[in-house]
Amino acid sequence: MALWHGDRGLRGVDAVILPGGFSYGDYLRCGAIARFAPVMADLVPAARAGLPVLGICNGFQILCEAHLLPGALTRNAGLTFITRDVPLRVENAATAWTRAYSGGEQIVVPLKSGEGAFAADAGTLAGLEASGQVVISYAGDNPNGSAAAIAGVCNAEGTVVGLMPHPEHAVDPLTGPSADGLGFFASVLARVAA
Amino acid sequence: MTVTDTVAWAAATAGLPQPFAELGLTAEEYEKIVATLGRRPTGAELALYSVMWSEHCSYKSSKVHLRQFAATAPPSGALLAGIGHNAGVVDIGQGYAVTFKIESHNHPSYVEPHQGAATGVGGIVRDILAMGARPVAVMDALRFGPADAPDTGRVLPGVVSGISFYGNCLGLPNIGGELDFDPSYAGNPLVNALCVGVMRHGDLQVAEGSGPGNKVILFGSTTGPDGVGGASVLASATFGDAASDGPASDDRASAKRPSVQVGDPFTEKLLVECCLELFAGGLVTGIQDLGAAGVACATTELAAAGTGGMLVRLDDVPLRDASLGPPEILMSESQERMMAVVEPGRVEEFLAVCAKWDVRAAVIGEVTGTGRLVMTWRGETVVDIPPASAADGPVYHRPLARPASQDALAAADPAALPRPVDGAGLRADLLALLGSPGLADKSWVTDQYDRYVRGDTVLAMPDDAGLLRVDEATGLGIALATDGNGRYCRLDPYLGTQLVLSEAYRNVAATGARPLAVTNCLNFGSPEDPAVMWQFAEAARGLADGCAALGVPVTGGNVSFYNQTGTAPIHPTPVVGVLGVHDDVRRRVGIGFRNVPAVPSRGGQGGRGAGAPRARELPGGAGGMESPRGEAKSSPRASIVLLGRTEPEFGGSAWAHVRHGHLGGRPPAPGFDAERRLAALLAAAVAAGLLSAAHDLSDGGLAVALAESCLRGGTGCRVRLPGDPFTALFSESAARAVVAVRAGRETAFGHLAEAHGVPATAIGSTGGDSLTVDGCFAIPLAELAAVHTRTLPALFGPVLSQPVVPS
Repeated sequence: MALWHGDRGLRGVDAVILPGGFSYGDYLRCGAIARFAPVMADLVPAARAGLPVLGICNGFQILCEAHLLPGALTRNAGLTFITRDVPLRVENAATAWTRAYSGGEQIVVPLKSGEGAFAADAGTLAGLEASGQVVISYAGDNPNGSAAAIAGVCNAEGTVVGLMPHPEHAVDPLTGPSADGLGFFASVLARVAA
Repeated sequence: MTVTDTVAWAAATAGLPQPFAELGLTAEEYEKIVATLGRRPTGAELALYSVMWSEHCSYKSSKVHLRQFAATAPPSGALLAGIGHNAGVVDIGQGYAVTFKIESHNHPSYVEPHQGAATGVGGIVRDILAMGARPVAVMDALRFGPADAPDTGRVLPGVVSGISFYGNCLGLPNIGGELDFDPSYAGNPLVNALCVGVMRHGDLQVAEGSGPGNKVILFGSTTGPDGVGGASVLASATFGDAASDGPASDDRASAKRPSVQVGDPFTEKLLVECCLELFAGGLVTGIQDLGAAGVACATTELAAAGTGGMLVRLDDVPLRDASLGPPEILMSESQERMMAVVEPGRVEEFLAVCAKWDVRAAVIGEVTGTGRLVMTWRGETVVDIPPASAADGPVYHRPLARPASQDALAAADPAALPRPVDGAGLRADLLALLGSPGLADKSWVTDQYDRYVRGDTVLAMPDDAGLLRVDEATGLGIALATDGNGRYCRLDPYLGTQLVLSEAYRNVAATGARPLAVTNCLNFGSPEDPAVMWQFAEAARGLADGCAALGVPVTGGNVSFYNQTGTAPIHPTPVVGVLGVHDDVRRRVGIGFRNVPAVPSRGGQGGRGAGAPRARELPGGAGGMESPRGEAKSSPRASIVLLGRTEPEFGGSAWAHVRHGHLGGRPPAPGFDAERRLAALLAAAVAAGLLSAAHDLSDGGLAVALAESCLRGGTGCRVRLPGDPFTALFSESAARAVVAVRAGRETAFGHLAEAHGVPATAIGSTGGDSLTVDGCFAIPLAELAAVHTRTLPALFGPVLSQPVVPS
């Protein structure tokens, strides 16, 4: 089911994915305008109340702008947009979106972004690592200069997850580098079906 | 306060001089306008005619040559709409139709690389949208001056960032294209953008303003002063001589910068979704995109193709700059705009769809039965013309003459060039080619493009062609490739164009797709130079003859003239795009030799213990091909088979260019029958699942193809070459490919090749971690990768992390 940015109400959905893309062209800071979309007025309290939410790429940026997740996404260290199949490590396999994986598992998923460098102050970073809120990290070279090679984080409850790489492009080896991304979707389906 | 130049005022001031020359019109053309109207044109009319009769919009120098595409087009049941529409439409079966086109944005991209290239993407996407299709992918064919020239360092990164910015934001995968360098493009880079769209058969839209009383609606961005005169002043004129303009090429560029448009890809995204919903709702009777010549072009073409009359109130055009007058409004090339013709009873629904997508829309006029295109401004008539007179434009038979220099060029036979005499020399030549800017790894560019978005990309660069899935249930898909080769075309524009067509055709075939249709972007110097006009005429004739011989029709294209610096034209550079249909993309093959596990305990390079692979001519050898003795069951190695005939052909070759800076002789001979047989064999072999890789042979010959296949799949190979190793490695004979035949399927493939009449020579097998040519050299993949990948980052800036080197 697609929720329209300009509508109110979540229409009884069990989970929400904020997809990637370029909301409002990202002419301003990525996600800075989208966080004010009318539908966000319902999404933010629902997420705080435990609704599983996955933000992918621009969706991750929107979740940070909406303060549902800590930190921010800044320009890649190379200053150019990059598309690359990157090896990732699942650091936390206990969130609503990663239970289908095992901790430490390595997967390959495409990364494609211009403002994908995760940034946060030292205290926040230390807190994230200590509390297991680093969900996914870059397992190979750090492709964009993300702090602590962080590719994805979650809220304290593990229900809201933000991810820079695109698992939806790793669901079939025909159209992606692997089917490794299926686990994110399998995780939440298992949860809402339970 | 200026007085509006109305039709009445123009009639009363017949002798008032008009600035036609500044707008790019000749005295003869101006006289023709006066004769058509029976008076002098108003300022608005002059603006309108100047852009409509510009070379860019009117094809006045090329039209007489382009006619042969339609005249010699082979019978093809696949064509739903051909030349003359915004883009051709091809039936690919299962109720689907595909539309595709390639266009130039050369001059804007030189003046302002980022915005010039960005709006090139935007413009071609609207062409595809206007046919009723959903745009599904883009490609870019790019050519620049020498890779190490300072200005290339300005232009290339800007062009790439512009394409990246616009295409990624629009959500269209960039699935292929080209990147090449040559001094002839130093003051005039080529930025050609291709878009492809998919629709159902019934979705085809028309660019006609029909039905008196129907409303004319302009929607999308507002109209501003950007891009005024882009078609006439910028695209239809030559850049000055670099030497006379002082040190900074920027000086030349900045004077014309106001002619470049500025792109807003988010608005374009909204416009795409809005249009598709309008089409689905049956709310438009005619649609036209606004590109070159903006409102002038859209209104004239809609009117000329429809009932014939139209009334337009220019006061109702939404402006972003209130100071604009009628001439600027007509000439503005502000981006992200479309024009629709809508029945009066559907206008309200139309506007509601626009409002949903936050797209601004305004009713600016209506279709009339008067046969005149009339425009008003502040209550007075400022344009009153027969629309066909502007839409059809003049037709020129420009003088053409084969330049005498062609003879000297043809006589400079590359056979006289010193060749490597031993394995070490061959090795060095291969590495030199692989690291040369035109053949080096292009990740620096292509990593900036999103090739995944929309989720249907099956193959993308560096594979031979882009391959998209169209139907998930049946596996139906489309393959696309573009090719150009200025060196071949400089040597012989007729043969060169046919070689370019052949290569794009072969690239599509290498995925297992059947080539169906052709688009082209013909980049040439000034049509006022008889030598350039000869090149153009030869290229057009070559393309028409080649398409007829290959059985693929030209469905549309674009001509870009005036690509020169001072009096020095670029190499003639027709860029040809070929579209193919793939019956089942799940069976596609890419160029990469498969990354199969090394066979343990076989003495390292497994092939060694099993006896060196031997070159064998196929068919004819009893029993066809077999894998090396003892490996048939236990080894996952694929047999490498060279398809086609190799002749010593080095004219215009990458080897002569890179190793000797030499351009001379004759280009390779095209072979259309051989190309058709090869394509049919590849389609049959892929459909039968016999292949694990296929790669066409072109620039750099077999040597570069093998290296690319090894690097793409992270797997080495070992081959033994038939005949003279230098010729076998570096000749660029046409109609050839190299394939990896799955273990155990060699005999079946041998029979298939024989049945198709394609010469097939088993030359070795895949495996290991080096490219080994028996008796000549071995190059570890790590070394190949290092040489291949370091060139562009060294020239244009490091990338933060290098792609993983195959191990």
